[in-house]
Amino acid sequence: MIGIPQHVFSKKNRALLAELVRTDFKLRYQGSVLGYAWSLLRPLLLFIILYLVFVKFLKIGSGVPHFPVYLLLGIVIWNFFNEMTVQSLGSIVGRGDLIRKIRIPRWIIVLSSSISALINLLLNLLVVVIFLFINHVDLLKTTLWLPLILLEVYVFALGISLFLSAAFVKYRDMNYIWEVVLQAGFYLTPILYPLSKITNLTFQKLIMLNPMAQTIQDSRYASITHQSPTIYHVFEGGWYKFIPFAIVAITFIGGLAYFRKQSKYFAENI
Amino acid sequence: MDDVAIRVDNVSKVFRLPLEKNSSIKSAVINFYRPHSRSYEQQQALKHISFEVKKGEFFGIVGRNGSGKSTMLKLLAGIYSPSEGQLQVNGTLTPFIELGVGFNAELTGRENVFLNGALLGFSRKQMQSMYKDIVEFAELERFMDQKLKNYSSGMQVRLAFSLAIRAESDILLVDEVLAVGDADFQRKCFDYFKTLKRNKRTVVFVSHDMGAISEFCDRGILINDGVLAFEGPASKVADEYSMLFMEKDETDSDRENKPRHLGSGAVRINEVNVSVSEKEIMVGAKARAKEDVDEMLYGFHVIAQDGVEVTSMNNRMINVADVKDIKKGDDIKFQWKMMNILSDGKYTINLTLADGSLKSLDFFPEAAAFRVKRKIRSNTAVLPPISVKHDITQ
Repeated sequence: MIGIPQHVFSKKNRALLAELVRTDFKLRYQGSVLGYAWSLLRPLLLFIILYLVFVKFLKIGSGVPHFPVYLLLGIVIWNFFNEMTVQSLGSIVGRGDLIRKIRIPRWIIVLSSSISALINLLLNLLVVVIFLFINHVDLLKTTLWLPLILLEVYVFALGISLFLSAAFVKYRDMNYIWEVVLQAGFYLTPILYPLSKITNLTFQKLIMLNPMAQTIQDSRYASITHQSPTIYHVFEGGWYKFIPFAIVAITFIGGLAYFRKQSKYFAENI
Repeated sequence: MDDVAIRVDNVSKVFRLPLEKNSSIKSAVINFYRPHSRSYEQQQALKHISFEVKKGEFFGIVGRNGSGKSTMLKLLAGIYSPSEGQLQVNGTLTPFIELGVGFNAELTGRENVFLNGALLGFSRKQMQSMYKDIVEFAELERFMDQKLKNYSSGMQVRLAFSLAIRAESDILLVDEVLAVGDADFQRKCFDYFKTLKRNKRTVVFVSHDMGAISEFCDRGILINDGVLAFEGPASKVADEYSMLFMEKDETDSDRENKPRHLGSGAVRINEVNVSVSEKEIMVGAKARAKEDVDEMLYGFHVIAQDGVEVTSMNNRMINVADVKDIKKGDDIKFQWKMMNILSDGKYTINLTLADGSLKSLDFFPEAAAFRVKRKIRSNTAVLPPISVKHDITQ
């Protein structure tokens, strides 16, 4: 494809990646009293707020079974996407001291910040599992698909991260732009509201073409309730359902290609 | 061809420096519509450089500040990519350009050791087996669980150096390491270099310290204004480097300082020459009288680089008669001779002529410059022959 050299995951690179992730993690809760506990406390507290606002006061998801967990899973996946892209965006510039003085594969830096986000996702999913049990959600066989769905989110986010981190070296307004895009994306994705609230079918279809909407709905379908509409249901079959996957693939390849092209000049442009 | 470690073939490097650092989408959009507007300046840091470093060679790169030698090193390290030409590196290469790159002030010394080790290409296991040696060599056993921000700069350098010397790669790139640290640290550096040399490791060494260059390097290159100005044995390279400064001094004084004679001008110095040998410094000068002068004394001052007057002397101080009965149009030759006990460095000479009542006839500051080279490195102004001995009584 783009000719990835064979030593990409050599022993040296793996050791460096592990050490960078470890450093990230150590520095994250540096100086806080509760330390790593925040990784679990944050989604927990967030969930309590969402539960009170959307389930108790607004009663938005009254028609959806297990809506609190349904809501939480959507939020957790979106937060992962948000955290990973935002962290990666600044990762190359933030490690400018290394880039200017050391020859390490540049992608390791983006990968390490993406893995930090991935670890956080797993911790958050732990909280989701706890609530699955509290809410007496029946364990579905389709839950086995969840890792694959999450992999799709990861690949999508990685493609965007590679593009953003490289573009940010040259254009420092990238972070403001991305902030707005994320904000828009959050409301265009059925996270806080069930998809059924959108009555215009054309809009429903358009919304579901977004890979984030597709993956969030799929993961809800797979692990919480089969009543959650997926892209398959919205389009009632047909090849349209492959569009989100195509977007993910194109984003990843495009992001990687752009990153590889730009990475030669990181040291002099930072 | 197997004995070549690094081959640099016709390499050029051009930097594009934005005229105003305005890296935003707006400027990109504007430039998109005006494709030929150049909102950046091209700076050619290196021009058509070619050289080879053989395996097992201690190779020096010297040049003035801003000459492009650090750019060259970064090209070798793969941090920059060349705009033109080709670089070929056979073997693994330590990517360290500076000591302590990647150190994080918020991490403890111990954590930094492992992080830095990973940057050097070691696995956690390898680091664990080396950890004790590293800490011992840095003499920091008691401080490893403290955050790096609480270390003194000397402690940080010791830790960084102790890590850097673990590098096992085929080729080492060393940039200005000697510029930091105290005498004790420099001694450690030199010891390490000696070990490298003994073990026939390939080292590319960038420095301003010509003493170190001539002592350790086999061969080297001199880069001046981005051009390869000289390639050859290290001592020759060091000489060429010193010449660079002499030339610069002369052109400077040609341009600005001449004529900068002070005094009445009744007699004017019009020729100065200096010869420096291991044992002796001799200054010769010629002057022409423009007026009659009854008596004239003549003196000189030797000024060190830092402005300190090392010595001054005139004929009266050592009971040599003044020049008498000078007629207009006469040419007078002078000579001053002194034992060369100066230490390594650059010096300038001021010449002065005065009449019998000490009224200045010609004062010629910076009449000449010279350089003294010494094997013994000393920070003192003079370096007279000294012998030492000792006795011990029990």
